[in-house]
Amino acid sequence: MKTSILPFGPQHPVLPEPIHLSLTIENETVLEARPALGYVHRGLENLVAARDMHQMVQVVERVCGICSMIHAMCYCQALEEMLDIQAPPRAEYLRVIWSELHRIHSHLLWLGLFADAMGFESLFMQLWKIRERVMDINEATAGNRVIVSVNVVGGVRRDIDEDQVAMIEKELVTVEREVKQLSLTLLTDFTVKKRTKGKGVLTREQALELGAAGPTLRGSGVAQDMRQLGYAAFKDLDFEPVVETGGDSWARAAVRFKETLQSVDLVRQALAGLPQGDLAVKAKGKPEGEATARVEQPRGEVLYYIKANGTKHLDRLRIRTPTFANIPPLTVMLPGLELADVPVVVLSIDPCISCTER
Amino acid sequence: MPFMLPSILRNVFSGPATRPYPANPRQPFADARGELVNDPETCIFCSICAKKCPSQCLAVDKELGTWEWDPFACVYCGVCAEACPTKSLRQTNVRRAVARDKQSVAVQGQPKPKKSP
Ligand code: SF4
Ligand code: SF4
Repeated sequence: MKTSILPFGPQHPVLPEPIHLSLTIENETVLEARPALGYVHRGLENLVAARDMHQMVQVVERVCGICSMIHAMCYCQALEEMLDIQAPPRAEYLRVIWSELHRIHSHLLWLGLFADAMGFESLFMQLWKIRERVMDINEATAGNRVIVSVNVVGGVRRDIDEDQVAMIEKELVTVEREVKQLSLTLLTDFTVKKRTKGKGVLTREQALELGAAGPTLRGSGVAQDMRQLGYAAFKDLDFEPVVETGGDSWARAAVRFKETLQSVDLVRQALAGLPQGDLAVKAKGKPEGEATARVEQPRGEVLYYIKANGTKHLDRLRIRTPTFANIPPLTVMLPGLELADVPVVVLSIDPCISCTER
Repeated sequence: MPFMLPSILRNVFSGPATRPYPANPRQPFADARGELVNDPETCIFCSICAKKCPSQCLAVDKELGTWEWDPFACVYCGVCAEACPTKSLRQTNVRRAVARDKQSVAVQGQPKPKKSP
């Protein structure tokens, strides 16, 4: 049988992310997938030459249009380590609250897109309707829906008052109830299982060998989550990484679904333990040296490396995003699949290509 | 699909989740980040806001007493308003309206001529 090569992306009706895959197919079956990237490179890392290190907080927020707050938090943590300062406890709790709110809305966005990729439009609409509540919390507390811009080197810039705590708690009850109402549909529905069970399998060994990150790794049975490092206030909060062992699309969806509920719980814990005190310490001085920071994004581990040279501009900024780590696993998930399953499996790693290319 | 039935029925009997937008826009949240307002009476044209702005969309001239803001380059982060030493610069909670043409906002205050040596 003759094989042919089919270009998939960078523009694709199902996949909103600009990734190009050269699919070698025989009939309808994928034999090989070769990814090609580089369609949305923005050169954000290079901006360190034009913006000083405090202004870079607003730049790194724009690396990702979904988990902006977590990027800024990671950058600030790296810089705080270099300046040898420690964010006050209240700031650390507030960082947890906003970062977990970002995880909730990111996972809900993804679960919706995933349903949409399977052609399950009504589920997609339901999930995004729930997500809107979280966006409202973000806007009411931080002023913006996505790019909340709450981080500053040394702490946070915004506070959450008593009324807002009550409002968040009230909304989270609804979010939790509505998400739970969809659990049967998302995890046990015949259509969903038919499109996801046993599709795009990544074994535990492959996941470790290819360096998968985040829910893609945890869906293959590896209990690794950067929040276990205990950055910000995670050291005081009670949580266990969500793990599934199937390694298929369904397992990755299940991990994200359960993490959504887990994040609701983490926000509650952080609100309950929110200490009083300052929001930020002053970040003075022009640092020198190198620092790295790692935090858990909705898509997995993000790593920031910064190098400073004693001026107000950094020498080098390097960002390793989780999607970058999850593209090699994609090349072993796709072979053997039917063409129609390709978008669903590509989506199952939750690709964020514009972060990957920065 | 059968598991969706309760949600579908709930949706049938509850009101719409969306708002008839242009006719009935949502009121902004009290803490929303909107347009900047600068008071020429209290502004001392020190340029701190312009130096801190990450998108470099502010231009201040002390000698002419002018403060200029480009709302279309601004990312509404609020860094400038927090840095303003006289609190003359404020961030309101009203978002910039859509516009056909890009225009900047200029504020004219008292020119502060250079002190002669
Ligand atoms: S607005 Fe504030 S920071 Fe900007 S020039 Fe005027 S006084 Fe200075
Ligand atoms: S809000 Fe931010 S981007 Fe806009 S003028 Fe102020 S500092 Fe610059």
